[in-house]
Amino acid sequence: MTGLANTEPKLESPVGAPAAVATVAASRKGRGEFLYFALRSKKFLFAMGILLVLIAIAVLGPMIDGTDPVATDLLPMQPPSTDPGYWLGTTSFGEDVFAQFANGLRATFFVGLLGGGLAALIGMAVGFTAGYRGGWTDEILNMLTNVVLVIPSLAVLIVISSYLKARGVLFEAVFIGATSWPWAARAIRAQTFSLRSRDFIDLAKLSGRKGWRIIVEEIAPNMSSYLFMTFILLFGGAILIAASLDFIGLGPTGGMSLGLMMFNAVTYGAALLLGYWWWFIPPGLGIMATVGALYVMNVGLDEIFNPKLRDI
Amino acid sequence: MRKYFGRKLFTYTLTFFIAATIDWLIPRFMPGDPVAGLMARQGALSPEGAAALSKYYNELFGLNRPLWEQFFGFWTALIQGDLGRSVFGHGRPVAETIMSALPYTLALLIPAILLSWWAGNTFGAMAARRKWLDSAVLPVGYILTATPYMWLGLVLAFVLAFLLRIFPLSGGYGFNLEPSLTWAFFVDLVAHWILPFLSLFLVGFGGWAIGMRNMIIYELESDYSRYLEALGAPQSLVRKYAFRNAMLPQVTGLALQLGVIVAGSLVTEIVFSYPGIGLLLFNAIKSEDYFLLQGIFIFVIAGVLIANFLVDIAYVIVDPRTRVGMRGGTA
Repeated sequence: MTGLANTEPKLESPVGAPAAVATVAASRKGRGEFLYFALRSKKFLFAMGILLVLIAIAVLGPMIDGTDPVATDLLPMQPPSTDPGYWLGTTSFGEDVFAQFANGLRATFFVGLLGGGLAALIGMAVGFTAGYRGGWTDEILNMLTNVVLVIPSLAVLIVISSYLKARGVLFEAVFIGATSWPWAARAIRAQTFSLRSRDFIDLAKLSGRKGWRIIVEEIAPNMSSYLFMTFILLFGGAILIAASLDFIGLGPTGGMSLGLMMFNAVTYGAALLLGYWWWFIPPGLGIMATVGALYVMNVGLDEIFNPKLRDI
Repeated sequence: MRKYFGRKLFTYTLTFFIAATIDWLIPRFMPGDPVAGLMARQGALSPEGAAALSKYYNELFGLNRPLWEQFFGFWTALIQGDLGRSVFGHGRPVAETIMSALPYTLALLIPAILLSWWAGNTFGAMAARRKWLDSAVLPVGYILTATPYMWLGLVLAFVLAFLLRIFPLSGGYGFNLEPSLTWAFFVDLVAHWILPFLSLFLVGFGGWAIGMRNMIIYELESDYSRYLEALGAPQSLVRKYAFRNAMLPQVTGLALQLGVIVAGSLVTEIVFSYPGIGLLLFNAIKSEDYFLLQGIFIFVIAGVLIANFLVDIAYVIVDPRTRVGMRGGTA
């Protein structure tokens, strides 16, 4: 869940300075080149296709269907059929499973984007600072990272959530973001470390620019592909953590999410004992498809950004 | 090496201190009053009765004492192994309640972690740069590692237990059996263990296989591999070196993934009503048993820290640089 930290992308180690000096020119030419390879990468296109279908369901689903996901006015316990309102069947309480799925998918993307985005921001802030400054700043930030890294974020989230009577999706996303950044910070720190001693950074320092400007203008652009891929892994990780939290029964109150659907199906509906597969299969499948597509996209991007891995 | 372990131990001690402090802080600084919550469950009370009960609860939990004294008392009790009493466990001490669930969780976790790591690494290493095997391992691996633990559990339970009736659907052992040292009980125990174990194993397997595959590809691209190839070394020898180097990040990865795997076992146990820590946690949340909940938190943290330390020891064994004091396994 913490984003396959061990499969994290490696920044291609460029041979010496020339590659770095040519950055500005290359980045303009590079964009076209990346697009060229992106449109020829089967992995990237496949993942993008799945994500677009899922986003379409999340955005358009509630508009087309229009049923309140928690309204109980349908026939209960109906398996999926072609009748309007019964596409994915109904729950034991007569709720529309498709409406729940589409709304739950929205929450999933929201938590992933916000939680993953926040984690990426914190990870970048900590990683860049520690890697660029070094010395005592690095020691302290590194210690902080290691401490947060070993504490299982789900355990902390469980204890905090259990004391809150009303919980929103926003709260969930923010807390996931605030606890799942450490591996990203560590990876970014290591990359910054390797860039810091290059000639072009020395040159930037000589020009008298401030530290944060060198980070934003020189270091970050040189590992932008890496940062983007880190965000994708954090995105997927946040979705999986949210699903677990929801499934334990500590998800958002008064909303719908894919994890909550599975929680309701198992805890209140006894769907497993009664064989109502249409109630718990779609939500998990939705999570799996989303996260799987993100991971595959990550590999696709790795091959697009890193010429060594291209087999096109 | 002494420096390496000293550093690690310091981090873990600090982590435990911080985690336990969070555990102590949360109920005291969260919005809402835990005593009010407890009183609400007593139903209607006369004003005098309510005041007396509130006073009683505040004294019982020591909430009327100064904060530093509460904090000190918390640590004294923690070091003595006193985690309070469980409401869910009918007043049994929390530590005792958790200890009775612990064997089930460990029986799931330890084999699942070790076997999935071993099998994943072996398969991943075999698959790298081998066309047909790779095209099978890669998609399967990605699907598995993207699967939420509880959903894989639900699917396995639905297909293998509900539809095909090969394995029992839930519980740690049959309702008709009493725990005993008999063969029949052991067989039943294993039958109940297989599905939750399989859920944990499969998700982990996918992640390790992909991680190893990617690492091997990177290693095969590196200069030393190219050099060996140029010297005319057999492919098996190049792969052997690649595997050894690819192993190190996988050991570090094991430490990183521990928290995730533990979280996975918590939700998997809920799916199968498997009587370990996860199910206990689920019940603690349902019955608002905060002592039990916080006790479980302490146990989970301590367990993950101990496991991390074991991985550190393993790292020293596989990475010689840490032994001679070079910067190998810092971080």
